[in-house]
Amino acid sequence: MTSLTAITPSVLDPVALAHLVEAAGHGAVCTFVGVVRDHHAGRQVTHLVYEAYEPLALKALDRILAECADTWPTARVAIHHRTGPLAIGEASVVIAAGSPHRAEAFAATRYSIERIKQIVPIWKHEFFDGGTEWVEGATADPDDAGARAEAMRRACA
Amino acid sequence: MRVTVRLFARLRELAGRGDLDCECPGDAATVADVWQQLVARYPALAPYERAVSCAVNAEYARRTSPIADGDEVAFLPPVSGG
Repeated sequence: MTSLTAITPSVLDPVALAHLVEAAGHGAVCTFVGVVRDHHAGRQVTHLVYEAYEPLALKALDRILAECADTWPTARVAIHHRTGPLAIGEASVVIAAGSPHRAEAFAATRYSIERIKQIVPIWKHEFFDGGTEWVEGATADPDDAGARAEAMRRACA
Repeated sequence: MRVTVRLFARLRELAGRGDLDCECPGDAATVADVWQQLVARYPALAPYERAVSCAVNAEYARRTSPIADGDEVAFLPPVSGG
């Protein structure tokens, strides 16, 4: 897969994503891999199923890339998010950022995961011993300046 | 006018379906009107009144956004990607 953004049921490949953001002038590539954890809220998680509103989720990922380009014009960012059933230990999201120096790559990576959790229409259905539950985080509002500022604050902390 | 409604995650489960048609009387309908129709049909959705986001034709929208015949109106519970 060669697109900078993707919503896909296929296994994610962090190395391939890192290659997408390489450039001769880049001295840093940072990757973040979100992984399915075996516990949540005191429960033993067996697996997750991710559901997406795909066309809007892709646009939201593109929006995050545009926001990164505004803030870190020399950085190049790629984000792939998985959908469907995922086992413990599998990657649910991979973010790669390449930039001339490490500060922008780290910041763009952190900013991107914070924004994913705020504005990308993807939902986590948690299956645990004894039941299931939809995880519900943020009410998505891409124009909420306060949320964007909070993502930036975390990215640059 | 008639619009297609898309529901996701828990909203989809509460309604028992992810796609449905919704008939809105008059020509000056908004996303809020569609939500009202939806809650009348599926009262279990009512608690999501303040938490839900919406989209028209796969672009984020507001409750006050106008809708046109044939539009796809999506209601999104709080997101949890990552």
